Amino acid sequence: MVLYILGMLFVIALATFFVGRSRAISIAGNDISLLHSRPTYHGGFLAIFSVVPAFVLTLFWSALSGRYITNSILDRFSPQLANMDVPQLQAFLRDVRTLAGNTDNAASKVILSTRGDVKEIAQNAAELYASQVSSSNTWLIALAGLLVLVGFIYGFSQIKTVKRNRHFVEKFIMVILVICSAVAIFTTIGIVFSLIFESIRFFQKVPFFDFLFGYHWSPQSAFEGAGGTSLSDDNSRIFGAIPLFTGTFLITFIAISIAAPLGLMSAIYMSDYAGSKFRAIAKPVMEILAGIPTVVYGFFAALTVAPAIRGWGESLGLSVSSESALAAGVVMGIMIIPFVMSLSDDVINSVPQSLRDGSYAMGATKSETIRRVILPAALPGIVSALLLAISRAVGETMIVVMAAGLAANLTINPLEAVTTVTVQIVTLLVGDQEFDSAKTLAAFALGLVLFVITLCLNVIALRVVQKYREQYD
Amino acid sequence: MTDVTNTPVQSADLMHRRVLQKSRYASESRFKFLGLGAIFVSLGFLFLLLTTVVGSGVPAFTYNYVKLPVDLTKVSPEAPQEGNYSKQVKAAIAEAMPYLSDRKGKRLARGLVSGGAAIDLRNEVIDNTDLAGQKSDIGVPVSDFADLYLKGLTAKSLLSSPEAGITVSGVEGIIDITLESNVFDGFLKRVKDNISSQASRLNTRMANLQLSLENQREIVAVSENPLAVESAKKFVEVLETQLAGFKSKYDTLIARRDNSASREMLDTSMPSLLLKTGGGVVKVIEVEGMSAKGEVIIPLLEKASVAGQWQMQEILEAEEDRKFSDKEVAVIDRLVEEGRIENRINTIFFTKGASREPELAGVWGAVVGSFFTMLITLGLSFPLGVAAAIYLEEFAPKNKLTSIIEVNINNLAAVPSIVFGLLGLAVFLNFFELPRSAPLVGGMVLALMTLPTIIIASRAALKAVPPSIREAALGVGASKIQAVFHHVLPLAMPGILTGTIIGMAQALGETAPLLMIGMVAFVVDIPAGILDPATVLPVQIYMWADFPEPGFQQKTAAAIMVLLGFLILMNAIAVLLRKRFERRW
Repeated sequence: MVLYILGMLFVIALATFFVGRSRAISIAGNDISLLHSRPTYHGGFLAIFSVVPAFVLTLFWSALSGRYITNSILDRFSPQLANMDVPQLQAFLRDVRTLAGNTDNAASKVILSTRGDVKEIAQNAAELYASQVSSSNTWLIALAGLLVLVGFIYGFSQIKTVKRNRHFVEKFIMVILVICSAVAIFTTIGIVFSLIFESIRFFQKVPFFDFLFGYHWSPQSAFEGAGGTSLSDDNSRIFGAIPLFTGTFLITFIAISIAAPLGLMSAIYMSDYAGSKFRAIAKPVMEILAGIPTVVYGFFAALTVAPAIRGWGESLGLSVSSESALAAGVVMGIMIIPFVMSLSDDVINSVPQSLRDGSYAMGATKSETIRRVILPAALPGIVSALLLAISRAVGETMIVVMAAGLAANLTINPLEAVTTVTVQIVTLLVGDQEFDSAKTLAAFALGLVLFVITLCLNVIALRVVQKYREQYD
Repeated sequence: MTDVTNTPVQSADLMHRRVLQKSRYASESRFKFLGLGAIFVSLGFLFLLLTTVVGSGVPAFTYNYVKLPVDLTKVSPEAPQEGNYSKQVKAAIAEAMPYLSDRKGKRLARGLVSGGAAIDLRNEVIDNTDLAGQKSDIGVPVSDFADLYLKGLTAKSLLSSPEAGITVSGVEGIIDITLESNVFDGFLKRVKDNISSQASRLNTRMANLQLSLENQREIVAVSENPLAVESAKKFVEVLETQLAGFKSKYDTLIARRDNSASREMLDTSMPSLLLKTGGGVVKVIEVEGMSAKGEVIIPLLEKASVAGQWQMQEILEAEEDRKFSDKEVAVIDRLVEEGRIENRINTIFFTKGASREPELAGVWGAVVGSFFTMLITLGLSFPLGVAAAIYLEEFAPKNKLTSIIEVNINNLAAVPSIVFGLLGLAVFLNFFELPRSAPLVGGMVLALMTLPTIIIASRAALKAVPPSIREAALGVGASKIQAVFHHVLPLAMPGILTGTIIGMAQALGETAPLLMIGMVAFVVDIPAGILDPATVLPVQIYMWADFPEPGFQQKTAAAIMVLLGFLILMNAIAVLLRKRFERRW
């Protein structure tokens, strides 16, 4: 419904734009030099006045009406629903919405309401829901139409030769530009707040330090007693995240110890040894490696690398888990190579030529120049590149989801299966989950940890470059 | 005065320098070699990855169909959707494979044809009503394992025509087989090899059992906990009987291996031997150098064949290790000989949505889902990103707010994608109560994720437009906004579009945040709009990669090829744009 209204508003905007433009031209009597602003500005002015208020109204209405209707239904049926816990309530609401949707197979999709008494309530609630939704839509259309009409009449009356509509339109454009650039801030705020709020709810169920320093992670055994109250003693014992942190650390370590030497050496060869022809071919090919989606790397890790490593291990008489940390780490390392390479390539290229020339003049060979002059000069940049690579590896999800295990083993043996923070977030949140359980909330707490770690790494990387960069010019 | 007489020292010094120089040069070339090696190792990984994907994906682009004599005389062309297709398919199967007439045989025959054959047939008749009202050979998909066998991916077999005649004692049931020379020797040797490797596997298991047995015995001897001792004692007993069983099995295996003359029974843990003779197929169950005993799978017409007129088919993979039995192999081969099998382009894969059956699963639902998702992403992130870039690059005053926005954008670019998924889950799904699994929400999340990429690229493109353009526009009386929108933005557009396409390519390959907002749902229908439940290509790949059937593994690789195809296309467009419109000022 909202989409139709928005589409309608778009059409109205176009129409009013042309109406305003031709109105301005006709006022000026086809001599548009009489106008203060060009006709398109008058058209834009009219369109803004006609559509923007209705547009804002529609956005807010659609964002809030769903919540309002849900609450009113819960209020209306509160005596019947009093003995339901949160997941049941959510299932109930899902059923109500499906029933109200009146699709052919609505009845087959209904999950909870097969129980007779609840079914009746759900039917009644669905009727109420449908009627509320339709009345809400009617109101919205009426109000939006009114706003369009009022805006159009006012705007139309304001199209005059002396009217400085360009200033208004340009100011409006500026406001839009500012709002658009503020989206980045809103996104960050959204991330931080959603993570923090859900994490706080999690830490009400599981103490903060038990989570951060606990040795045992097995959320699948989380017990939610009747009525949503949980045994917090149990929860504090099964939500210890240390095994996840060591697993993440282990896989990241393997990945970096593959990506760092390979990426750095490739970058050195590319910038100081390779001829222009070789560069012209090798660089784009390396970029292909960077453009491959991580899910493909995950498939590669699970299908090819993990069995291969397992086979080698067994031929050497080692017992290797089929979801070993080594497989996931190696493939993640491959994924990060081009990232390390392009970052260090930039850094190495930014070392001024005069340093190289000076070193050659002293009789140093190329490799000596690179090792003794260029690398020390580029060191802050390289360290920062590696920190960014670590941050990337820590946050990488698909490779570990597909190739690393689910069991939270506390080990640093790369041949065993470990699990990571991202794997656990995915496992906890995929599938139908009630939103309030400690399990789901734990995912947000893990997400918060992940966000904080990557943010810190990025900030440190930035600081390293700023603080230790040599100024040559 | 300098010391001129010091020649021996000098020459030693020179020698030393030569050595030093040599080693310096050596280390130089070592270093260079290391660099080159690093690049080639990386490229090698890329090559390995692509060959793995292409190698296992290409077979999925075709599929084998079996042409069955389907009787559609009862189906009227006016109402083709009302026909009883599954009954007709069953009848056609029975007609095409008359030699499988008993209950078990009929079940086997039906298992060779895809479970969705009737639905597929129905769709085909609805599309092409000419088929109704008559009896004709119509192709229906085979089962996924039959397809794998036909593509040579399971039950790989060796076919040979021995130089000896063959005589059998009957045409049905269990029969004796006699040969003119000992052509079974080669096969017998492989059977012995198989026995010996079975024995060595058993040996390792016995050694492991022995170890745990000793552990338990030690517990019995040392432990002071009576409960532990009790359970260990029980365990010891279990282990001992198990070990004894293994031991006797091992001994018989060794005896069989060493007795070169003996007749070997072929059970399901052994390689299989099929004989195609006299117009039928015999599965060998006991074998010796010159004679054998076999079970007839497809009845024979003649009892004797001369050399060159019969064939021996060896399948080294043991029957119990594969999901395609010897009988099925024989029947499918027969269908191939009869010309009933046809390899077609896999249209199901390109036109259908998800399914639990590998042969009925297609990628089209995911492609459409990806399309809707990308539409939303583009529609949101392009205007937002360009507007933000214009503001930051052209209008923003140098103040605290601006620098906060800039730091924010750079940080957002480095936030793990899964965190965006958490944001989508908490804000879009739980707070705004938007529908789960919908491309709308997926597109919104991906738009937030790609926004930093587009902003950064657009700013670079705007920066590259020289100030003279702005100054000229302002000079002839344009307002600042007019200067930017009429003159700077069009010149920066190619760069902005390039950045946008690269951002979209990233978004197209993104999986993790979409898992969070429920786009992993199993969606059979092709989504029709941005609010329908849908999945996207990378998520489909992730889901298929989890399915154990080998048919799905090919599908996964094929879907990856489709995804990579789209990515290559997008990147190629970006490169072309850059080449075509790149301007040096």
